[in-house]
Amino acid sequence: MSTPAGRSTDTIATTRDRLRNLGDTASASGLWALIALLFIWSAFAQTQLFVVGIIVGSILALGAIGLTLIYGVLRFANFAHGDMMMLGAYLAFFALTGTVIGEQTNIDVDAGWSLNRLPGATSGLGDLSFGYGFLIALVLAAVVLAVLSVGLDRLVFRPLRRRGSGIVIFAVASLGVAFSIRAIMLIIWGPDPRSYISGIHRAQHYPFDIVLKTDQIFTFSVALAMAFLVYLLLFHTKLGKAMRATADNPDLAVVSGINTDRVIMWTWVIGGALMAIAGTLLALQANLKPELGFGLILPLFAATILGGIGKPQGAFIGAMVVAVSQEVSVEFFAAGYKPGVAFLILIFILLLRPRGLFGTTS
Amino acid sequence: MRAQRLITPVTLFLIAFFVVALPAERSRDFDGTISFLAGFATTVGMYAIFTLALNVQWGYTGVFNFGVAAFFMVGAYTAAIFTKSPADSEYVTYIGGFGEILSPPFLNSDQWLPFLVATAAAGLMSGLLALLLAVPTLRLREDYLAIATIGVAELLRRVTIQEDGLVNSNRGLIGIPRPFHDYFDPADYKFVYLAIVVVVLVLVFIAVERGIRSPWGRVLRALKEDEQAATASGKNVFAFKMQGFVLGAVIMGVGGAVFAYSRGSVGPATFEHFFATFLFWAMLIVGGSGNSRGAVAGAFVVWGLWTITLQLNGYDLPEVVRSRIFFIRDFVVGALIVAVLLLRPQGLFPEERRVSIWLDRQMRRQRRLPREPDQEAEA
Repeated sequence: MSTPAGRSTDTIATTRDRLRNLGDTASASGLWALIALLFIWSAFAQTQLFVVGIIVGSILALGAIGLTLIYGVLRFANFAHGDMMMLGAYLAFFALTGTVIGEQTNIDVDAGWSLNRLPGATSGLGDLSFGYGFLIALVLAAVVLAVLSVGLDRLVFRPLRRRGSGIVIFAVASLGVAFSIRAIMLIIWGPDPRSYISGIHRAQHYPFDIVLKTDQIFTFSVALAMAFLVYLLLFHTKLGKAMRATADNPDLAVVSGINTDRVIMWTWVIGGALMAIAGTLLALQANLKPELGFGLILPLFAATILGGIGKPQGAFIGAMVVAVSQEVSVEFFAAGYKPGVAFLILIFILLLRPRGLFGTTS
Repeated sequence: MRAQRLITPVTLFLIAFFVVALPAERSRDFDGTISFLAGFATTVGMYAIFTLALNVQWGYTGVFNFGVAAFFMVGAYTAAIFTKSPADSEYVTYIGGFGEILSPPFLNSDQWLPFLVATAAAGLMSGLLALLLAVPTLRLREDYLAIATIGVAELLRRVTIQEDGLVNSNRGLIGIPRPFHDYFDPADYKFVYLAIVVVVLVLVFIAVERGIRSPWGRVLRALKEDEQAATASGKNVFAFKMQGFVLGAVIMGVGGAVFAYSRGSVGPATFEHFFATFLFWAMLIVGGSGNSRGAVAGAFVVWGLWTITLQLNGYDLPEVVRSRIFFIRDFVVGALIVAVLLLRPQGLFPEERRVSIWLDRQMRRQRRLPREPDQEAEA
């Protein structure tokens, strides 16, 4: 090939690359600017809704971090995530109250043992509506759901993995799991809504006309603490490094001598524990109902894709954006449109920057 | 190997046996049983239309639609709006109501013309929705479309509930007219409607089979198997995927219309995710994706199981089971899909390797010709 021609194609290729990089930087910085704008505007114009959005966002973030890790490491969209969160919430409910339904679905039966029966377990800690029994229930639910998640992987997803099934088969299987879990919750606890604490809990007034329940502040602190723990685990331990490496590039991870089976197991352990905590904290805000699980899918996936698949820090920010937008939207649209807001964010991201804030092209 | 081959006929036989035997044993009345079976067959036929449509999208094109409910809903509501009379009370509000405009006074047109127009409109609207949804998502990873379709199904359901004047909110639309209703005795109408459903199903089945056995269908298959290879052969992957997705959506819209006339009422509760999306996925996976016969068989098997579970409730079951029979049925369908994926991923009817009308014809011709002795030796 003659030199001038070669040089000219080179120049075209480099120019194209440069333009692509430019477009990439533009879409990324545009997105960051939009997010900053949303946060600043809502913090000033809709302070109350913004604060509630941040609290809900911190809970959603725990679910989304689990989802993004599973999505990254196992390479499939886990449509059972919302229902597993709800199952975690019900496990905590069971540990706390020992309640299941009896022969008739509308009559409760007592299992005979519960955390609430421990001496002083129900008396409120400080201004909180619950006692130490709830804290134990939260930990128990996390442990049990982590074990159940690993069991579910062994039972359903590992055989599919061994067979080399496509991502769609995994997704359909997870949808089957989602509906099975919902049916199990209905069989054990019935269709009626439940709550951890009976009675009305009063809200406190804070500066800037913010009205919050102490429970919400507790929820926010726990969620932040958990997110920080996950950050330490992922970025400052060898296991975390292996997990992130597997999420980034599974083939390269295997070649580098990473034990993928172990990484997958720990992904489910962390994902499962986070699901249970997120589900329980979410149910503490409102109530428990088996049907609510599937509705969480949309905000969770919007947060995950906004942040970039396999990127926990992205999922955290994504969850905040989704939750704040959903809360603030109540000022403009009917509350029933909250899931619609998550959907619009999702479509917007898919149009503008499908790999999300932190995602790499693959 | 032989046991594997027996699974399909045995399953079909068992389901058929129980679907007939349980109501016959309980009612001990011939007419009642026949009437029950007609209703059962109508439902299976309608759901088979959706399963065939899903098969066009997933089984043949490899497009991943988790929001069948959205297209189902658009089809059903469009059909209702086009066939009903306009809203006339302050408690019932909805747009449209074109039934009377579409019934000019000739040949009893009110018995068929609005339904033809409405069914076409239902397919059109549903296809349009697919087109809108495909533009941002179809070029991306295949699971993004799944998430987007779940989203649009949920959003549209919210819209129908929130916007009071659109399709009567939570109360839904009732009193949807039925085709050829005035010609027949109301007691016999279910058999007439069964015939209509069968005609629509057969038309859809033939259209799908014709399409998939054409060169166009083989491109769809090719890009499902290996998108890069299809691109390298000069096929416009995006255009073909779009066509497969939209065609499936059009059929779902038609299915929604057929459903609306059959039930006579539609409301937001009809389009819950479990019922209106997941059930069709279960049917397709059980029947075998990538096979039209499988899609129909899957609809039969899953709806058969559904019906049998309900029939069991008439027997002397322990109270613990009886009070939870609906939840147990949901669990059975959910677990069934996982079990099939794990134990028999190909479903009842495995995907066909060869899809070509031309080749089928050649094979038939060859079989008809007397074989020559030397050819046999070669083989």
